[in-house]
Amino acid sequence: MNLQAIKLHQRRTFLGQACRGVGGVALSSLFASAQAADVARSGGALKKLHVPPKAKRVIFIVLAGGASHLELWDNKPELAKRHGEPFPESITKGQPIAQLQNAKLTCFAPQWGFKKHGKSGQEMNELFTHVPEVADDLCIVRSIKTEAINHDPAHTFMNTGSSVSGRPSMGSWITYGLGSDASDLPGFVVLTSSRGGQMQPIASRQWAAGFLPGRFQGVNLRGQGDPVLYLTNPQGVASEQQKDVIDAVAKLNQMHNTAVDDPEIATRIAQYELAFKMQTSVPDLMDLANEPMKVLDMYGTKGADGSFAANCLLARRLAQKGVRFIQLYNRDWDHHGGVKAGIKSKIEEIDQPFAALIKDLKRLGMFDDTLIVMTGEFGRTPMSQGGSGRDHHIKGFSVVLAGGGIKDGVSHGATDEFGYNAVENVFPVHDLHATMLHLLGVDHERLTVKFQGRDYRLTDVHGRVANEILA
Amino acid sequence: MRIILVVAGVLFISANRGVAADLPPVDFNRDIRPILADKCYSCHGPDDKTRKAKLRLDVRADAVSAGAVVPGKPDDSELLARIATDDADLRMPPPTTKKAPLTPEQVQLVKRWLAEGAKYSEHWSFAKLTRPEVPRVDKPAFPIRNPIDAFILYQLQQQSVKPAAEADRITLIRRLSFDLTGLPPTPEEVRAFVNDPAPDAYEKLVERLLASPHHGERLAVWWLDLVRYADTIGYHSDNPMNVSLYRDYVIKAFNANKPFDRFTKEQLAGDLIPNATQEELIGSAYNRLLQTTEEGGAQAKEYEAKYSADRVRNVGQVWLGGTLMCAECHNHKFDPYTQKDFYAMAAFFADIQEAAVGRREAGMLVTTPDQEEKIKELTEAATAAQAKFVAAAKSVATKPDAFADVDKWPIAPAPKGKAKGPIAPAVPADVKAILAKPIADRTASEVAKLASFAQLHAPALKAERTAAASAAKAKTDYENTLPRVLVTRAGPARTIRILPRGNWLDTSGPIVTANTPGFLPPLPPKADAKAPYNRLDLANWAVSPENPLTARTMVNRLWRLFQGHGIARSLEESGTQGDLPTHPELLDWLASEFQTKWDLRHMIRLMVTSSTYRRSSVETAADREHDPANRHFARQARGRIDAEFIRDTALAVSELLNHEVGGASVKPYQPPGYWTALNFPAREWQKDTGAKVYRRGMYTHWQRSFPHPAMVAFDAPSREECTCDRPRSNIPQQALTLLNDPEFVEAARVFAQHAIEKGGAKDATRIAWAFERATGRQPTADESKVLAEVLTKHRAEYAAKPADAKKLVAVGDTPTPKDINLEELAAWTGVCRVILNLHETITRP
Repeated sequence: MNLQAIKLHQRRTFLGQACRGVGGVALSSLFASAQAADVARSGGALKKLHVPPKAKRVIFIVLAGGASHLELWDNKPELAKRHGEPFPESITKGQPIAQLQNAKLTCFAPQWGFKKHGKSGQEMNELFTHVPEVADDLCIVRSIKTEAINHDPAHTFMNTGSSVSGRPSMGSWITYGLGSDASDLPGFVVLTSSRGGQMQPIASRQWAAGFLPGRFQGVNLRGQGDPVLYLTNPQGVASEQQKDVIDAVAKLNQMHNTAVDDPEIATRIAQYELAFKMQTSVPDLMDLANEPMKVLDMYGTKGADGSFAANCLLARRLAQKGVRFIQLYNRDWDHHGGVKAGIKSKIEEIDQPFAALIKDLKRLGMFDDTLIVMTGEFGRTPMSQGGSGRDHHIKGFSVVLAGGGIKDGVSHGATDEFGYNAVENVFPVHDLHATMLHLLGVDHERLTVKFQGRDYRLTDVHGRVANEILA
Repeated sequence: MRIILVVAGVLFISANRGVAADLPPVDFNRDIRPILADKCYSCHGPDDKTRKAKLRLDVRADAVSAGAVVPGKPDDSELLARIATDDADLRMPPPTTKKAPLTPEQVQLVKRWLAEGAKYSEHWSFAKLTRPEVPRVDKPAFPIRNPIDAFILYQLQQQSVKPAAEADRITLIRRLSFDLTGLPPTPEEVRAFVNDPAPDAYEKLVERLLASPHHGERLAVWWLDLVRYADTIGYHSDNPMNVSLYRDYVIKAFNANKPFDRFTKEQLAGDLIPNATQEELIGSAYNRLLQTTEEGGAQAKEYEAKYSADRVRNVGQVWLGGTLMCAECHNHKFDPYTQKDFYAMAAFFADIQEAAVGRREAGMLVTTPDQEEKIKELTEAATAAQAKFVAAAKSVATKPDAFADVDKWPIAPAPKGKAKGPIAPAVPADVKAILAKPIADRTASEVAKLASFAQLHAPALKAERTAAASAAKAKTDYENTLPRVLVTRAGPARTIRILPRGNWLDTSGPIVTANTPGFLPPLPPKADAKAPYNRLDLANWAVSPENPLTARTMVNRLWRLFQGHGIARSLEESGTQGDLPTHPELLDWLASEFQTKWDLRHMIRLMVTSSTYRRSSVETAADREHDPANRHFARQARGRIDAEFIRDTALAVSELLNHEVGGASVKPYQPPGYWTALNFPAREWQKDTGAKVYRRGMYTHWQRSFPHPAMVAFDAPSREECTCDRPRSNIPQQALTLLNDPEFVEAARVFAQHAIEKGGAKDATRIAWAFERATGRQPTADESKVLAEVLTKHRAEYAAKPADAKKLVAVGDTPTPKDINLEELAAWTGVCRVILNLHETITRP
């Protein structure tokens, strides 16, 4: 379907609805839940799914800055053995390199020990104490690779399948294709956390809708100030007065519609209703006071404080509300130096909440239809940077998957003995996208939008569903 | 050569097809190419890398010699056999492509086309541009004011579609004001036009608006989207760059109606124009608008390749209206662009001097003649003071007693960069050694050494030293008050190679030199056959009479500005995969008219004075049934105004708007913390104060990675890439912005104050006054009643809660008059918020 057709479809959707010839019907009843909800949900471009879906939603966790696979998931005894020796030139020759340009390349051992956990014997950093409890629920893929070596283009590539700006992000593609079940929240929500440190910037392009309609863009739920921009009433305006304004706008728009018969007016009225509902639903969502203490304790948070723990709990609440794509950015994984201490502190930050998210979803019976993904925009070099850190690395790193339709308790793929190149079951980012879409019931080659005369898709001209890791 | 006949039957093609009798001939461009391009070209098209079975269907000779196409004999043509068969193993396109088989109607069309001789014709946008004849229209349904109307009416008659009536005058002046200035008309302007009995009242209005300095601003908003103008570099740290003078240049160019060919040359190659003026150099800032990076660890070669591709994408889009970018990695799948074409285009820009990775330079100093004069004076003064200082030092160096007390001189650290290592604690040994020699034995270089030592440290030179430093500082200080702009500086060209699959690490591809795409009219030979083609050649070629793409692309986009959508709808793609024009003759007529003088204002005047433009935008049930997408332009297109103009409208209606044209970007209100995810450095938006807070939306600081959220809500693009056609979404963030953004709350409050002060003594007259300011018309009794209800309720509520009233009216920088009743003002603010939020207020009718 091209964009004109989408627009036309939108228009037609409203031709038979709401505004046509409505006279004196009270607006409050006219635009009560059903109508506004339909507007929020409308637009699942796919009328029918291509394959039976295993997952209804995605929680995508980004360890932003480029988490080290060599300290988290990918144990490399050979690399450890050669610690301090020159790194084999046969491997690095002609390869893209970031800050280590012109530097002497030496092997740098994993800075922490690894332990195996669960029946499946999943191997991970010895510092994890909570994740081992869910080890058998995870699928650890140690062979992902990407194409962009600097943070900004690498995030763009991970999100859109291209490092050229302007393409829709995966959350936008998915809400565009599937719509959303959330009646009073956006279908694609982004949350960010960090405790400071080396925080690489993250552009809003990462959740932009590109050439898809604006309503599919991600909405950033902020940890400070208004959780959604401009959410709060102006000072001195009570909620009821805000409603008076919105109702009057709706009534006047309605009256004007009798003269101009403009389908956009119905949409606008519904969007005002939705905005008004968000003014209540978003603060409700962000208010963790009504969560039982033991749930807060499980995640290790006291309230919505912008922490990774709070964001994991919010992700679960968003999932419950029917939000389709939830993306959590956790910053400060860019360990050019001090990777040993850095990773320790980051593991302490994510260990408990990540495990809690899985346990909590299981408790609520939502684990099986929620796909969880966790990875960085790239991994890190097996070569040392400055004797204590690692540089950006794109040729092989790790992604953890769990939940909706993913085989549990498995490890998949591998890097070479140095942790440099993905060599076994290589899993390019486009395959991650294809697999994710497949689990949601979508054939990645058939979710396309015509733009610039070409059928664009999230997987560009690539992508293969990794059947090996499907349950 | 194109004839009028093509128009007939463009639209309701398939419905009655299938029967052979009495059908107009099949047209390759209209009927067949779209099918072949969609279903076949990806494997049997221009890209030899992906071509299957060595079969090429986009070139007739190849298709015929392969036996796929047998002209006149559909049943002998393998093409038909393979698309029509029921055998899934043989049917094309094969299931692996995931393309649906051809519909029976499409198969029939191909069959008829083969039967009629399988004629190929050149794609419409690439074909030579000739000026079509203006059709004759009998009994026109509206006055034919210029050829646009003839072309539109001709097709309406062919299709038996009745055009909409002419819009009323209030609608017309609102439409024209938004379209030509991006601002709503004042009620005074509306009334003057509505009551103007002159037969040329409309034309006078058009001329007034075209002459407004805001006209250039309005067109600039359109142009800046195309060339991806922003105030920051885009990637990673997304730090600021100096380009706002380019925006001023664009506004001035449109206001002066600079011919589009000149405008093109200045932007692509202003620096290469002989004896380039300051203005031409500023135009060349175009080449610097792309996204760049300063990220540590970014490789220069990779980013050189990115920048190169970025520039080709943009030129390809803006001037050629096509998707040349597809050829970065491979030959284009559908259009005749080759990979070599892509890199040959990139080679035009290989001479641009810039840092591949790192901070952008401050740029060229931009001065008026007076400022130039002042700089000259200051430079002379600085040079003179320095000369005096040096001379004085020299005389000290040769004076017998000058160094007598040298051990007592205060030895200040040498200026930065001169001394390496730790600062000498006292007189350096080499100086001491020279001083130990008798004066007569000192060599010239030793004397010079003493002079420079004295220059730095001699107490006797204090006056001269201070004078020289302050004269130099005066010059720098003055220059720092003047604006700078990134411009293009040509220099030694980088080597451009074809990058296999776009991979910058692969240097195995052949070196290419600058040239235009091979299938388009060639560049004329250079006087010096050995000289490489440069950007000026490219610019001249883009606006040469032989090049059909620039003119077609531009008039199609202009048409979109004034009629809601293009004559060819896919504004970003005029190649074979784009939409065909609904009115090819009109498009070509406009393009050839534009090409004669490149007079943009003339084209705009033609469009907005046409009868076609003046149609009502109200859709009837019949319209919706017969032409829901308005492909015939039987009516006007209504739509929400652009993000910038929404802000401008609120400011204009509340009379807060700062009407100043041009200038540096500004920072009005923005929610705190919106830039939290930015870094290197971490930063917070520093809101401006005073009149800067009320400038038009187009001057708001454009941060590519985080554009202003009120603009994003209304579909303003990030300006990372070319935007030809902003979407018009309708989302809850728009409601939240208009309801709660302090910019709009303050506008409502000041608007309310004016309603109280100027709207008469009664509630009803004030409501009518305010309503008219925003919508151009008087409210109906029912509308007035709705607003009165809000007023009455809020009046009572704020009277009961004066503290709330005080809070509400405190939003925004504008002070509240001392003598105003705050509760009353708060209640009216509620009313004015309603008015500023109306669909009608933000709609171009």
